[in-house]
Amino acid sequence: MSDVKKFCYLNRKAPYGTVYAWESLEVVLIGAAFDQDCSLVFADDGVYQLMKGSDTTGLGIKNFSPTYSALGDYDIKKIYVEKESLEERGLSLDDLQHLVWEDEDEDYAEKDSIMVVTKDELAQILEEQDVVLSF
Amino acid sequence: MSMLHTVNKSAYERGTLESCVSKAAKGSSVLLIEDGVYSAVKGGTKAGVIEKAMGDVSFYVLGPDIKARGLDEGKLIDGIKVVDYSGFVELTVNNDKVASWL
Amino acid sequence: MKFAIQVNEGPYTHEASVSALNFVKAALEAGHEIFRVFFYHDGVNNGTRYTSPPQDDINIANTWSALAKEHNMDLVVCVAAAQRRGIVDQGEQERNGKDGNNIADGFRISGLGQLIEAGIEADRTVVFGD
Repeated sequence: MSDVKKFCYLNRKAPYGTVYAWESLEVVLIGAAFDQDCSLVFADDGVYQLMKGSDTTGLGIKNFSPTYSALGDYDIKKIYVEKESLEERGLSLDDLQHLVWEDEDEDYAEKDSIMVVTKDELAQILEEQDVVLSF
Repeated sequence: MSMLHTVNKSAYERGTLESCVSKAAKGSSVLLIEDGVYSAVKGGTKAGVIEKAMGDVSFYVLGPDIKARGLDEGKLIDGIKVVDYSGFVELTVNNDKVASWL
Repeated sequence: MKFAIQVNEGPYTHEASVSALNFVKAALEAGHEIFRVFFYHDGVNNGTRYTSPPQDDINIANTWSALAKEHNMDLVVCVAAAQRRGIVDQGEQERNGKDGNNIADGFRISGLGQLIEAGIEADRTVVFGD
């Protein structure tokens, strides 16, 4: 099959409490090499995955939070964060890492990767996908 | 184009079903499996999550999972269809993609 | 129709691997093809041959192995997840200097690319997890 498929990574779990967030990110990084049309969705507790300021030294475990900032280098440009999930948790975009990608067509201008979308917009985004990998 | 959503958590413990239903487009199907089937019981305080969405979304429960949990089909919200595993497979064929709400 | 299946949980603690097994059996009975079952997270624990559940309980690893043999089904355990959790085949045993291996018949250890490839090749991808 040569057609490009729309792959969606549906992230709904908080990081560190369980391994799903980190191992999902590993799939995204490997999957980027396959040149598919890739979207990341963060909803419910998944929005906590993008929090800035994570420090795991007190736990003695690997801190994978900085890895999200590398997503732009892997050509991941579509990161959807559910507005309602942020608001329910008392969070705003300012609490999240600033994730960017570089647009080759515009002299490598940095562009925001994170798009805050409503649940209704997310319903539409999900409906357009071919493959949804849930973590 | 339509999507099958599967939900495997009880609405009495997690918000998974509500999250799924809020993002299930009109015309899509939701299949309750594993502990997700508890959300399908008539008269429960969470039954409204399904009842309110039934006009736009079709709801199914996995029969072997309700039987394992001692639930009777008669206890389910009216309009929810019970399917077995072959029905689950058919739902994945009749919709063109599947999202699991874990 | 071609199916890709992802299994995210180990056997016995969570129902996910039993759900996946029953789904796979029903799909095969209906004449569909299972392109690949990919075991990820604790799902890699489905692939050890060292489980010995009581006689009156299902042997999940053996059931996968038997299905793989009968239907020539590809069962892939994620290498990164397997290394963290101690699922080892001959190659991994030699590479990592382990004193044995435990991979069950019909399973193989490979990379995450196998999951993406399965998603690309299959008509439907279904995820079972917690």
